[in-house]
Amino acid sequence: MSIKEEIIPDVHRDDIRSRMGIWLFLFSELLLFGGLFFMYSVYRFTHQQDFSIASKEMNTFLGTLNTVILLTSSLTMVLSLVALQRGKKGLSVFFQIVTILFGLTFMVNKVIEWSHEFKVGNYPGSAILSSRPPGQILYFGLYYCMVGLHGLHVLVGMTVIGFMTVFTIRNKITQDNYIKLEAAGLYWHLVDIIWIFLFPLFYLIT
Amino acid sequence: MSDNSLAVSHNGYEVSYLDYEGKHKGLMGWLLSTDHKRIGILYLITVISFFAVGVTLGLLIRLELMTPEGTLVGPQAYNEFFTLHGIIMIFLVVIPVIPAAFGNFFLPIMLGAKDVAFPRLNLLSWYLYVIGGALLLLAVVLPGGAPDTGWTFYVPYSVRTGTNMIFTLSALFIVGFSSILTGINFLATIHRMRAPGMGWFKMPLFAWSLYATSWIQVIVTPIVGITLLMVVIERLFHVGIFDPTLGGDPLLFEHMFWMYSHPAVYIIIVPSMGVISEIIPVFSQRTIFGYKFIAYSSIGIALFGSLVWAHHMFSTGISDTSEFIFSLLTFLVAIPSAIKVFNWTATLYKGSIKLEPPLLYALAFIFLFSIGGLTGIVQGALSVDIYLTKTYFIVGHIHYVVFGGTGFGLFAALHYWLPKMFGRMYNKKIAKVAFWILFTGFNILYFPFFILGWMGMPRRSYHYLPQFQFYHVVATVGSWILAAGLLIMLTNLLVSFIKGKKIEENNIWGGETLEWKVSTPPTVENFEVIPKIVDGPYEYKQNEVPVLEEEVK
Amino acid sequence: MDDKKLHDIHSHSYGIYILVWLALVALTGLTAAVAGINFGKLSIVVAILIAVVKSYLVLTEFMHLKSEQRTFKVFIFVALFFILVSLTLLFSDYSYYGR
Repeated sequence: MSIKEEIIPDVHRDDIRSRMGIWLFLFSELLLFGGLFFMYSVYRFTHQQDFSIASKEMNTFLGTLNTVILLTSSLTMVLSLVALQRGKKGLSVFFQIVTILFGLTFMVNKVIEWSHEFKVGNYPGSAILSSRPPGQILYFGLYYCMVGLHGLHVLVGMTVIGFMTVFTIRNKITQDNYIKLEAAGLYWHLVDIIWIFLFPLFYLIT
Repeated sequence: MSDNSLAVSHNGYEVSYLDYEGKHKGLMGWLLSTDHKRIGILYLITVISFFAVGVTLGLLIRLELMTPEGTLVGPQAYNEFFTLHGIIMIFLVVIPVIPAAFGNFFLPIMLGAKDVAFPRLNLLSWYLYVIGGALLLLAVVLPGGAPDTGWTFYVPYSVRTGTNMIFTLSALFIVGFSSILTGINFLATIHRMRAPGMGWFKMPLFAWSLYATSWIQVIVTPIVGITLLMVVIERLFHVGIFDPTLGGDPLLFEHMFWMYSHPAVYIIIVPSMGVISEIIPVFSQRTIFGYKFIAYSSIGIALFGSLVWAHHMFSTGISDTSEFIFSLLTFLVAIPSAIKVFNWTATLYKGSIKLEPPLLYALAFIFLFSIGGLTGIVQGALSVDIYLTKTYFIVGHIHYVVFGGTGFGLFAALHYWLPKMFGRMYNKKIAKVAFWILFTGFNILYFPFFILGWMGMPRRSYHYLPQFQFYHVVATVGSWILAAGLLIMLTNLLVSFIKGKKIEENNIWGGETLEWKVSTPPTVENFEVIPKIVDGPYEYKQNEVPVLEEEVK
Repeated sequence: MDDKKLHDIHSHSYGIYILVWLALVALTGLTAAVAGINFGKLSIVVAILIAVVKSYLVLTEFMHLKSEQRTFKVFIFVALFFILVSLTLLFSDYSYYGR
């Protein structure tokens, strides 16, 4: 291989490279949930009636509310980025904190939902659940696994954004260097997209 | 290694990466290093250690199989032996070794970069590998016992067995993320960090192979991750996902498992093919025949290889339509691999052949992988596979492609690149002797497997019918010859670190890729100035194509 | 590569994001509303379709995919292609009775 001797400047900071890294990581997360969506697809196809029946027991109001909450949290997340791009550090921090609070509300709603389900005996291994038709057992099994895994990601997202808030306050994330905040935002939006699919698939089966 | 009395230097352009002392000194300077070269060596050491464990298990299995009834151990222990052998060899050796050891070390240098895209993530991925490996070892020693399900973890046994499955599966989940992070790192490195002038089609073919492999790693590894996690959840909470008594389908596990594990074999083989694509041009001093075909074939293998998984399930009762489709796709995936074999052979033709140890191993690769690949086609035929599946034929196929393929590719890489990495030359005569012993032992060990399988010997079977014993004894003797060859080969390489002749020149073998332009061993920063690339990576004087630029020595 | 391209500052107004959010909320309402209507086998298609539109809005606007390099769009295509083809192949087994 022929080479020419020429001084080429080193690129230490490459935001496109950083964004590429986070997008690729998001793909791996997408495929992680994707595996569960595959399992859901197969079982819904082979147990259509049972899935429909079980889905009627879901709290559609809470599900819809949670969807709107998560969508709004995505809005506040991207607004925090715009604010920072415009040099409004305080506003950016505000939006980040609001995002975290929305996430918290989502999780509180989830706890309410699950407490109810546990109280009526709809949990894996319970006598009540085990006596249901197989399709309904699978429905609830998938529900807990998929919604549970999603909830874990919400918690992780909230923590990551929390770190970003601290970084923003301490000027480690600035108007000129906000790639970390962008990355956290991208993760949060993926969490939102996954819920966008989970919601109709579990709460709105006709 | 190098003489440490000269070691204290902080200048990344002058001191070798081996001697460099940065923020951390001594051992911590290695364990906390974000230098891709040091991380590559950390991986090499840990992977080879696990390889030694895997080989030992293999030898024990062969000893056990010398007699039709019990020889050494009981059936439970035997099940644990072949399970661990598979888990260790597949997840801890052949999947990571070439990308994480040689990819890490040489990809940035080959691209003209100073490191990978995310050096700290690189170190994290090594720690994840080590933690996963440690968890697996814990699973072996803790009460409950080592996993005994086979490396395929089929349900319902993986849910019902009393052995330490949760530790095992968690270990593999973690190792999976090590793989994913390596893939992410390489993709970003290849996209964003090539030296100026290095277009996609001026990249070395090893880089192309790592590119294709990294895509597979990022996309399919999470699928097995979630599937194994679901088995853990089944064991803990009995949700019923794969349990027929609760409505689940055990075959769904197999679908999801093989959706990863088939593409995984392409993670295993494609980087090794990349090594061969590097070695053949150098030791025939000719440009590679059909560069673009080889580059595209790596992508083709990644693409088609992701769509054939159910050929592992032909006898399980899946629909006839899907069997037809998967069998057809399986035949298609052989085409890109064959293209590579043709191109390597065409490169050698009328080349100026230098029969050095790296080339010996590369030629063995082509021979052994061809046998393995052709037997794969035999298995892809539906009607034949119904008979051959779950027999020793498959075990023969596996070992020809994985050991004969990736294993020999690994040995080729060691003999090709270790001198550059450590600045010491091994004894070439001993290397060649070791090669012939290894090659002979390999074929005596594994060829009988095809015969046994054809005769009907089932795999993973502790007992067998007496008519199979002759070939089992032959194979076990082969395993001893193989082990001897391995021992000589590895000892020769290890001794070279201490007593090998020191190498001063940059271009040890006459290669044209960038690692042969930097110092031996490379400096910390690899390049003092990032090179500007003018032409391709395999421009040799004996080309038919005239070289347009003066070569800069 | 000049500095501007490396850092790639997307400058948007707050307004466009609020508009996108309104569309998302509206679509959520739509998906809840049509859940009551029985489209038969098409019900799941309708639900997925609306979810896809919502995801598309989040991807292109909130996640700035619209203004990103073409490479990223190719990446998404690769990931989605794999998911779709694998799902189809999976169903080549499950869509047959007696399986």
